[in-house]
Amino acid sequence: MDIKLKIWRQKGPKNQGNFVDYNLTGVSKDMSFLEMIDYLNKKLIENGDEPVAYEHDCREGICGSCALYINGRPHGPGDLVTTCELRMTKFTDGDTIVIEPWRARSFPVIKDLIADRFAFDKIMEAGGFIPVNTGSAPEANSIPVPKEASDEAFDAAACIGCGACVAACKNSSAMLFVAAKVSHLALLPQGKSESGKRARAMIAKMDELGFGSCTNTGACEAECPKGISLAHIARLNREYLKEGFRS
Amino acid sequence: MSKLVSKIPEGPLADKWNNHKNSVKLVNPANKARLEIIVVGTGLAGSSAAATLAELGYNVKAFCFQDSPRRAHSVAAQGGINAAKNYKNDGDSVFRLFNDIIKGGDYRSREANVYRAAEVSNQTIDQMVAAGVPFAREYSGYLDNRSFGGVQVSRTFYARGQTGQQCLLGAYSSLIRQIAKGKVTMYSRRDMIDLVLVEGRARGIITRNLVTGEIERHSAHAVVLASGGYGTIYYLSTLAVGSNATAAWAAHKKGALFSNPSFVQIHPTSIPQLNDYQAKLTLMSESLRNDGRIWVPKEKGDKRHPSEISEDERDYYLERRYPAFGNLVPRDVASRAAKERCDAGYGVGETGLSVYLDFSRAIEKQGKGAIENKYGNLFEMYKKITGINPYNEPMRIYPAGHYTMGGLWVDYNLMTTIPGLFAIGESNFSDHGANRLGAGSLMQCSGDGYFILPVTIGDYLADEIRTPRIPTDLPEFEKAEKDVVEKIQSLMAVNGTQTVTSFHKRLGRIMWDLCGMVRNEDGLKEALNQIAGLKEEFWKDVKIPGTVGELNQELEKAVKVADFFELGRLMCRDALERKESCGAHFREESQTPDGEAQRIDSEYSYVAAWEYQGEGKDHTLHKEELTFKDARIQKRSYK
Repeated sequence: MDIKLKIWRQKGPKNQGNFVDYNLTGVSKDMSFLEMIDYLNKKLIENGDEPVAYEHDCREGICGSCALYINGRPHGPGDLVTTCELRMTKFTDGDTIVIEPWRARSFPVIKDLIADRFAFDKIMEAGGFIPVNTGSAPEANSIPVPKEASDEAFDAAACIGCGACVAACKNSSAMLFVAAKVSHLALLPQGKSESGKRARAMIAKMDELGFGSCTNTGACEAECPKGISLAHIARLNREYLKEGFRS
Repeated sequence: MSKLVSKIPEGPLADKWNNHKNSVKLVNPANKARLEIIVVGTGLAGSSAAATLAELGYNVKAFCFQDSPRRAHSVAAQGGINAAKNYKNDGDSVFRLFNDIIKGGDYRSREANVYRAAEVSNQTIDQMVAAGVPFAREYSGYLDNRSFGGVQVSRTFYARGQTGQQCLLGAYSSLIRQIAKGKVTMYSRRDMIDLVLVEGRARGIITRNLVTGEIERHSAHAVVLASGGYGTIYYLSTLAVGSNATAAWAAHKKGALFSNPSFVQIHPTSIPQLNDYQAKLTLMSESLRNDGRIWVPKEKGDKRHPSEISEDERDYYLERRYPAFGNLVPRDVASRAAKERCDAGYGVGETGLSVYLDFSRAIEKQGKGAIENKYGNLFEMYKKITGINPYNEPMRIYPAGHYTMGGLWVDYNLMTTIPGLFAIGESNFSDHGANRLGAGSLMQCSGDGYFILPVTIGDYLADEIRTPRIPTDLPEFEKAEKDVVEKIQSLMAVNGTQTVTSFHKRLGRIMWDLCGMVRNEDGLKEALNQIAGLKEEFWKDVKIPGTVGELNQELEKAVKVADFFELGRLMCRDALERKESCGAHFREESQTPDGEAQRIDSEYSYVAAWEYQGEGKDHTLHKEELTFKDARIQKRSYK
């Protein structure tokens, strides 16, 4: 099939970017979305042009590297997929596809379709861990965890840190990302004791880094490729408030 | 061989690690605070090592090519992590885990290292649980286990089909805690391109900043490589597209011996290739073989829909050939058996290059809900990619390049033949012999990083406490930087017509066809010829657009592919030299009458360790003889 592409091209962090149009012929339905871009890049290189820079690594939806804003949606059409899991069967001959990087103040564009998500690591540094040193752990089965709590903790821990939640949010809030970590650790006895402090510290860091605040539109949940639920934001708020009463 | 001193501690096998821990030199806290360590790679091995070393008080500089350490490829391990907890009371023990790994590796690994890996596995599970890794639990609230290929006990801990992700995030959380404390300085978006030796010791690395293109110098008192495996040499593999051999290869060219490069695991259950532009193959976890049954039609070239092929028209060839283990034979055996059926014309799908993995009986017996609980996300993944719903129709699968047992030679302290250079996780050769068992990779990476290296590196650093901070303006750093700049410039200067990827694909094809699941002398010699020709063509006609001083993904790829030509050559040399079949290394010339691998202990019971001799020269082979005192040596049979 033949596809029209409008792709954001930006030379470097300090350059102005703009959309460039490409007509790509001979696209196969069997391709993944990223393989379609690889195919475009092959043609560009062979023509002496610069290929489109974009991030990707595992190509099976788990590393969180790929992050394309496709036709107005993070990770494009379809639910519960990352960009690398998106397949060209979602498109038809003659379609126009608009591809941009994540747009958020805290995710500056480095080149073309690559936005820097370094801010997520900074938020994690503020408290996204259980402070246990290697060697000091007790026997694993000495901490039984009810299966329901453990399963729910896993649901939150499934976050891949891709940033689709931020890209989807009109305020560019990182609330769902923070909530996933706070909720994961708050549900486990190992992580419970520091939970309120963790919530406060991570939210303070999120604000400091320029992410917006949460107005509960639910856009993040709708676009999360791992289906992280808004209920985790509710738990984050409870942990946050509890700490408020304590301090 | 004076080059290979394995430093195995004295004493009974079960006491060696304890004895060693009691005898290694210690570094006091004040001195630790003055020492610097570089860790390259932030997968499970690198992250756990960097975090633990920082907790001990060392100053760590950690490097990864991704934007964040959390994205390293350990994240993609699906099925699980082994430990000898014996929670199932099914007779498991450290010795049994050890014996299974040794047997699984076809008696080509070092007893003492393997025993230690089994020994620390239990501590690793404790550590991960304490750090918040949400392993699967039973309704009682206690940890659940499942079984995996090549063993007869249930010792695998798992977190749905995302065990690697959860283990890595656990180690990553410990790492960022140390970054926040200032004990680890994190350098992301960096490729290590060279190793710097000062007076014969590893003292630093040269990196390329992938955003600015700047070539940078970093120094330390010791360097730890945790840079993973090189399965991407096949182009199509289950690995992340960015995985590469460049850091390990740079170390090799600076004097670190490279062991058993031809020992590559081909994973039996990946989704078959769908088109020519495909960039990778997606793995379907080995755990699926717990409940899935593998079959092909009994009739050659039977193109009917699987639902139209009745039970007695199906050949469950693994159950037929290996009644004792059935669908749970180890990976190498399952891969070769699939290739054998497909080569003989029984394969299914359009290309005839796949076999069925069927869950109908499991769903019938256990119910759809139970299967969904165990494998839900894997079934979803399969459906997303192929459009086929595996609840209704069998999956189609085929083997794919996966894990490299080979890697840098290390002694018991995990130190390479370069003093001060350590290699951990998949980047070393030490624990898996000629074949790795499922759920053994996360186990080894975390054991190395959390519990082994942090002890053994102290033995080396205890003699370094008087060494001041290493300056980066030494002539050795200047020379290494200059070499890297020249290498990059010569790549850019080719300015030919073909893309880097097109060369990588062609190299991958040569390796897959001639140095893949089955090898023979003629094929390997042919591969050596073809690689040499392709390498020459690459250096005459590769096209890298853009410039050096910017983010340039084609240049990044070119640096890696240039190394793959050299590594590919060594893999073929190694495979030629080893005329026996063992584990994943199957030489057609060495098989039993019924087509199984024929190991030849009298001639090949050694670790091959190759020494680089310079550009265009042949490597020299060193051998570390393997002796087995405790493992029960047997013919590796799963029948």
